[in-house]
Amino acid sequence: MSNETVKQQTKLERREILKLLGLGTIAAAAGSMLSEAALATPDDASKLLAKLGGTSSYKSGKIKIKLPTIAENGATVPLTVSVDSPMTAGNYVKAIHIASEKNPRPEVASFFLSPASGKAEVSTRIRLGKTQNVVAVAVMNDGTVHRASQPIKVTIGGCGG
Amino acid sequence: MASRPRVKVPKSATKGQVVQIKTLIPHKMETGMRKNKKTGKKIPRLIINKVEATFNGKPVLTADLHPAISANPYFAFYARVDESGTFKFVWTDDKGKAITTSKKVTVK
Repeated sequence: MSNETVKQQTKLERREILKLLGLGTIAAAAGSMLSEAALATPDDASKLLAKLGGTSSYKSGKIKIKLPTIAENGATVPLTVSVDSPMTAGNYVKAIHIASEKNPRPEVASFFLSPASGKAEVSTRIRLGKTQNVVAVAVMNDGTVHRASQPIKVTIGGCGG
Repeated sequence: MASRPRVKVPKSATKGQVVQIKTLIPHKMETGMRKNKKTGKKIPRLIINKVEATFNGKPVLTADLHPAISANPYFAFYARVDESGTFKFVWTDDKGKAITTSKKVTVK
């Protein structure tokens, strides 16, 4: 065995090792891309709300979403959802479901009200990952569902990671 | 970690009045998406996933929460007061730990 063949062999090994390393990095990159790409889509939000509300045929009006137009900090965005309803035993809002179109998960919150609520309005603070639409539906006691959507610009996302 | 909640309810009301209730509870609301920067491991999810408000045992508002609710979850909502009584609030986290508090309201 000459010295040269030994050299060649080591070279080959080195090449293979490099190749393997390369593959590894590509796989890792793909992995991280996948986890980042796993955001909700407007479609996910619609599906979720259809499931929660029990229907995908909506009436417009009655429900209103109040959000700032621009959120500098996506970690806490004030949100108010109000529904125009007398909130009597015969006519009240049963539930308000809120969803996000581009957060990692579309679910935000579901509120279940009763005639004892007196007024169909809830406020909270939510996390938003990026500029998107926030969607809300209100389920009335007679089964009709009202839907509203509100765009918001988010400067710094608030979903961690 | 989760300490005393803060609740604001008027002490007295007239019969049939709709009062505003504000609640805030200190809690990290760990989303389960954050990573520990040193170890690279994901920090497990730990959020308050349920809030219940009742008045004299009757439900006023229940909420199912998801990680998209900000840290130190704040809620403002309304309730109609027809009689003197007690509002009771319960927050439940992912581990099933519940924190409760109550407030009295007198109808004049």
